[in-house]
Amino acid sequence: MSDPDINTDDTRHTRWVRISHWIVAASFLTLAVSGLVILMAHPRLYWGEVGNDLTPALIELPISRNFQHDGWSERERFFSDANSPVTSSRTYEIFNQNGWARSLHFLAAWLLVVPGALYFLAGIFTGHFWRHLVPRRDELNLRAIGQEVHKHLRLLIRAGTGGPQYGLLQKCAYGLVVFVAFPLAVLTGLAMSPAITAAYPMLLDLFGGYQSARTIHFFDWVFLMMFLLIHVVMIIKSGFKRQIRAMTFGERP
Amino acid sequence: MKDKKVTRRKALITGLAAVSGLHLPGCSKDLPPSYGNLLRMGDAFTYAAHRTLLPGQSLAREYSHKDITSFPAIGTIDPGGMDELDTSEAYRRLQSGAFADWRLPIEGLVARPGNYSLADIKRLPPQTQITRHTCEEGWSAIGEWTGVPLSRLLDAAGILPTARFVTFYSFDGWADTLDMLDVLHPQTLLAYGMNGKDLSVSHGAPLRLRIETQLGYKSMKYLQRIVVGDAFDDGGELGHIQTGWSWYAGI
Repeated sequence: MSDPDINTDDTRHTRWVRISHWIVAASFLTLAVSGLVILMAHPRLYWGEVGNDLTPALIELPISRNFQHDGWSERERFFSDANSPVTSSRTYEIFNQNGWARSLHFLAAWLLVVPGALYFLAGIFTGHFWRHLVPRRDELNLRAIGQEVHKHLRLLIRAGTGGPQYGLLQKCAYGLVVFVAFPLAVLTGLAMSPAITAAYPMLLDLFGGYQSARTIHFFDWVFLMMFLLIHVVMIIKSGFKRQIRAMTFGERP
Repeated sequence: MKDKKVTRRKALITGLAAVSGLHLPGCSKDLPPSYGNLLRMGDAFTYAAHRTLLPGQSLAREYSHKDITSFPAIGTIDPGGMDELDTSEAYRRLQSGAFADWRLPIEGLVARPGNYSLADIKRLPPQTQITRHTCEEGWSAIGEWTGVPLSRLLDAAGILPTARFVTFYSFDGWADTLDMLDVLHPQTLLAYGMNGKDLSVSHGAPLRLRIETQLGYKSMKYLQRIVVGDAFDDGGELGHIQTGWSWYAGI
């Protein structure tokens, strides 16, 4: 068996790609589930710096018993004017599993950020990104793109090559995940940290505030979950067992 | 300033040691224990990373008066109504006297341990700040806090150079600890006023902590007692760690 780590062998996944793939997959699944549990404690999304049960929500999600509850005492105004902000006390026990969910989320975040950063550097310096993720010029003509989209919509997926010879739509999907969705998840995550935004307040300005960052973080999760679903369907359609073996052991089909 | 460096370096060493399952004798007693729990090891790693990588004592963003928003009161909203607590009756009695008889003991590594009344605390030069409260649940609110910086009160009590951690006890049955970096942070406040009025019972009367670089649950309400120590105190069953929450909440 030849060494699959030699960069010029483009017919199989290199070892560092395979290891990064599964570490990121495991940490992403952990983040996705723990993130949902965290959101269930306060299933309301807002825009700007501030949002809470006493201010209007952008979106309310029916994902826990905290959804649209009204267990609050009578509102009291802080100031004398009619538009004054108010305070009110919560009078019921909310669903809240954030003790373990938050700690698990940040533990998994380390497993995403550290291997993710190494993957990023390797992708740049080995030429992996340039050779396999950036579309070639001849792929970018309207007729070819149209044909690709048409085939995918009819779920006519060709058998996997067991290596990084990706189709155009594959390149676009992986590119969006690697260069946009994951970096955005990390940055919006950091923008929710009181210690980190004290040191780097531009994170708040970048996303328009703490609550905006939280809302973007949520929609990024939605995007990544949709990617995951499509990714798994495509793997099944292109030969599940063979693809899993290729990504795990670096085997050629 | 010298203390801070030692705290940070030791935080790093012990944080890493906790993650790798090692224990360095002499260091571990000063830092949050992980009890061999994977989640607590992650918390310790985050704490070590923050103390190592972030510039110390950056100021949290401050807002203007017009940015003040509605502010929910959650968690304990009246310790006097919690009959299961030993402190409940004492709190009710203090509240009925408008907290005139309330005293805050400052104990441990201070040259002048003593009991501070609200009037004593209000005699120190006050500080007002309008900051964002970030709750672990996911909501946020902006409020104006008036009080005395914790460092100013500890200076008045003559805090000793061997101090490493400060532990707070509250009337609603909690104990929590801050390291010196956060204790001496210029925005760490003992607040007696909120939005221009005396702090209400639902928001922690008569005195609460404000720590602006960590999540809301670290800003303990209903302060009862402060102890300055030279080692980490997890607060036992009154603390966050043993109740399943991260001790460090700067995330």
